[in-house]
Amino acid sequence: MTHETLLRISSIILLLPLAGFTGIIFFQKKLGRAAGYIGSSILGINLFLSLLVAYQKLAFFSDAGMLQWKFDWLNLGSHSITIGIGLDNLAAIMLIVVNLISFLVHVFSLEYMREDIRFPRFYAYLGLFTFSMLGIVIANNFLNMYIFWELVGISSYLLIGFWYEKDSAANASKKAFITNRVGDFGFFAGIMILFFTYGSFMFDDIFSHIGEGHIPFDSGTMLTLAGILLFMGAIGKSAQFPLHVWLPDAMEGPTPVSALIHAATMVAAGVYLTARIFPMLTADALLFVAYIGAITAFIAATIAITQTDFKRILAYSTVSQLGYMIMAIGVGAYSYGFFHLVTHAWFKACLFLASGSVIHAMHHSMHHAGEHHMDPQDIRNMGGLRKTMPVTYFTFLFSTIAIAGVPFTSGFLSKDGILAGTMAFGQLSGHWFIAFSGFASAAMTAFYMFRLLISAFHGQPKTHIAAHTHENNKLITVPLIVLSILTFWFFYSFNPFDGGSGWFYQKIKTPATVVQAEHQWGFFVPYESVRSHSAACCGEPTANSATEPSHNHHKEAHHALNKYEEALHHAHLPAMIISLIIAGLGIFLSFSFYQFKIFNPDGVAELIRPFYLLSYNKWYFDEIYDASVIWGTTTFAKILALFDLYIIDGIVNLVGWFTKLVGHFIGWFDLYVIDGLVNLTANVTAFFGLVFRKFQTGRIQAYIVMTIIFAMVLLYYVL
Amino acid sequence: MEIGLTHYLVVSALLFSLGVFGIVTRKNSILVLMGLELILNSANLNFIAFSKFKGLNIEGHIATLFVIVLAAAEVAVALAIILNIYQNYHHIDVDEINKLKE
Amino acid sequence: MLFDFVFYMFAVIVIVSAMGVVFSKKMMYSAFSLLFTFFGMAGLYVLLSADFVAVTQIMVYVGGILVLIVFGVMLTSKITGVDIKTGTIGKIQLTIGAITSVIVAIILLFTYLNVEWMTSQFQIEVSTTTHFIGFGLFTEYLLPFFVAAILLLVAFIGAAKIARRK
Repeated sequence: MTHETLLRISSIILLLPLAGFTGIIFFQKKLGRAAGYIGSSILGINLFLSLLVAYQKLAFFSDAGMLQWKFDWLNLGSHSITIGIGLDNLAAIMLIVVNLISFLVHVFSLEYMREDIRFPRFYAYLGLFTFSMLGIVIANNFLNMYIFWELVGISSYLLIGFWYEKDSAANASKKAFITNRVGDFGFFAGIMILFFTYGSFMFDDIFSHIGEGHIPFDSGTMLTLAGILLFMGAIGKSAQFPLHVWLPDAMEGPTPVSALIHAATMVAAGVYLTARIFPMLTADALLFVAYIGAITAFIAATIAITQTDFKRILAYSTVSQLGYMIMAIGVGAYSYGFFHLVTHAWFKACLFLASGSVIHAMHHSMHHAGEHHMDPQDIRNMGGLRKTMPVTYFTFLFSTIAIAGVPFTSGFLSKDGILAGTMAFGQLSGHWFIAFSGFASAAMTAFYMFRLLISAFHGQPKTHIAAHTHENNKLITVPLIVLSILTFWFFYSFNPFDGGSGWFYQKIKTPATVVQAEHQWGFFVPYESVRSHSAACCGEPTANSATEPSHNHHKEAHHALNKYEEALHHAHLPAMIISLIIAGLGIFLSFSFYQFKIFNPDGVAELIRPFYLLSYNKWYFDEIYDASVIWGTTTFAKILALFDLYIIDGIVNLVGWFTKLVGHFIGWFDLYVIDGLVNLTANVTAFFGLVFRKFQTGRIQAYIVMTIIFAMVLLYYVL
Repeated sequence: MEIGLTHYLVVSALLFSLGVFGIVTRKNSILVLMGLELILNSANLNFIAFSKFKGLNIEGHIATLFVIVLAAAEVAVALAIILNIYQNYHHIDVDEINKLKE
Repeated sequence: MLFDFVFYMFAVIVIVSAMGVVFSKKMMYSAFSLLFTFFGMAGLYVLLSADFVAVTQIMVYVGGILVLIVFGVMLTSKITGVDIKTGTIGKIQLTIGAITSVIVAIILLFTYLNVEWMTSQFQIEVSTTTHFIGFGLFTEYLLPFFVAAILLLVAFIGAAKIARRK
């Protein structure tokens, strides 16, 4: 299979969901429930194709870098805007992630959304979302990525507000969209800086220009700024601090949507973007990224501890884990960051779908009991679901173990790598806060996830509703089982304690930075010896490569051997030990609080009340934004309205009055001068008419006389 | 004084003036037609006279012949029209046929 | 001398008979005066060595046009009534007509008498012009000749059509 074929299949993978969307959206009424089967089968085909493509790419073209198609979209004089699609190892793996989760969500929704009146539309939107997400994945330039970036934004908006009859859902969708716009503004500004400087949107063009030493406005600060602006897109989309507020509210959407968009794929797009731009990030930009990730991970984890809504806990957990991934990329643990993206996608999707399963069962139970005022998502109403819903319980358990970072799970492999990365970074740069935040979040994650598990599934049912729940049918349980199986370690590495030895780590190698040494961490710059070797193997003169250190590396995206990699390798063992202790501590505390009631949670909460309130109220972010940004905006709007009312309207009225005056004058002028002139003309004409009528006797002879007289006069003058 | 071109031209001029007078003053349309014939004859006389005193070239004669032909045609049509007018008005007085005015 | 006498005789005939046409009170007198005018014209043509034109003048004008006019007079006039007369005319109109024609006469005479006409000195004496006219009509003036023929035909058909319309 040639790479042309691979790209062709990739474009088919991209366009199939779009075809599904257009097909379903126009025939909603006719299709009815068939829309679900159509959507699911399209995604099934897509999944098969993406498995094929990914296998081919990883097995045979693993070292080929990015396979790409480029074509001119617009020709503007001498400039042309080129777009295209590209497929590298990163994209190949993302294809599987997106398509598998999308497929499972499609299947899951067949049951979950069965009674919804807008069932076909739901599937249309899912198709639109999948199309947009795949577009981001296989973009090889910023323009494509931005277009699809906005498309996922709109499909996310549509799906969060899918039940738009609920005010909370409509508001949440608006909030998500507007918050995302803030980040997208930065993303766009970053793209424009790059386009202005290089005249291209292509990743490889831009990276090679940077590698050759062309940087925007000849200033390292501007390159840092461009990187940070691009990263702002990720802040918005991946719900990073300070724009994380939209994601918990986005849980107003249907639960399968939360699983697909707000846990596994769309929010991971920010991480994917950060991974894409990783080579061009300077030391300062990387530090910014790492700190944003660390802060987000920490804050979100603290909030998750005290929440009571099933989906909200998972949402904060997602924010926290996304912070983890961003942090990993920021500290240079690129491979582990992306690895965590994939593993997290499986278990978080599984957790969300399991929560969907629980909520679905609670709904049914409430329906039977005739109870309509209870909140089916509140964990204080659950308990004891382990017995009534065993399949959901076990899949949820596996995923919880994975996210908590217990050995023999995928989560352990990726999290361990990230923690080792933060430790190595702290050791080399002195920024230990990031490592501290990583470990603290790991402990809290273990704690709140087991709190959720115990509260919902263990013990005695807290309400009669929970006692009468039933396990859902196969359409719901099969996706759960598939996803929970993927949390085992052996899919990624045969050694359950070392992710670095697995195939995944071999395929996703940290790309060498293209930023000049003076703007980059010293420990990210590849060793001189490696550089010479690499240059020699590519047939380039060694002298040339010595003068331009990073020139030859960006194209191959080779594994960069540098000081950091060594430190990371050495940090593995201590990180693993600490993380095991910490996770064990978190799990132990959780069990002692909620399972065995050794400590009273309420008593502890009273003891540290200020912290409890801070966490319970989500660090007052919404209130702060209400008081600052929203109050500021509305006040500004009011001032503008006043300005509008008095100044603009005043001017308009003045203009109107003036126009009226002019109109009167013109009317007068018209009446007397223009009409006068017209009447004068008419009168003059009438007068001459009266005069000349005398000559019009109607007698031929009179005419002849006149003819002759005038002919004579003429003759006289001529002669 | 030998009879020359000028003599013929004077005859022609008088004839023309008489024709004009006839056309302008006469009431009866057939008399108007007769005045017209006088004018045509004065023109013919000029043609022939110039032809003679310019070395007898034949063009003047041929022009005269064409004028005679046209005169014949004109008279035929004019009389037909006059007959029609007579049938409609029961007179042929040109100064009372002033429908052109309206 | 004889030539001069003949010229003046014909000239007087033409002018006097034309005046008769214009001034006579009765239409039939006018018509007969016109006959003499045409004859006088023919005589002048002969003096100008235009024998063919002179013959044509007599044949067409006297034999054709004049007969038509006389028929027209008789068809459109009540023979017994007063209308056979030329009819009275307003004094103003008469004056205007007189002034106009006098002005025309003055200008024409003034022009004719004061212009030095370029006349050729040598006189070509020919016995007849018929041969040259026939030759000219069928060579150089063939197209006008045919056009005139068609015009005549159309005019007569049209005249018949108009006169017969009821």
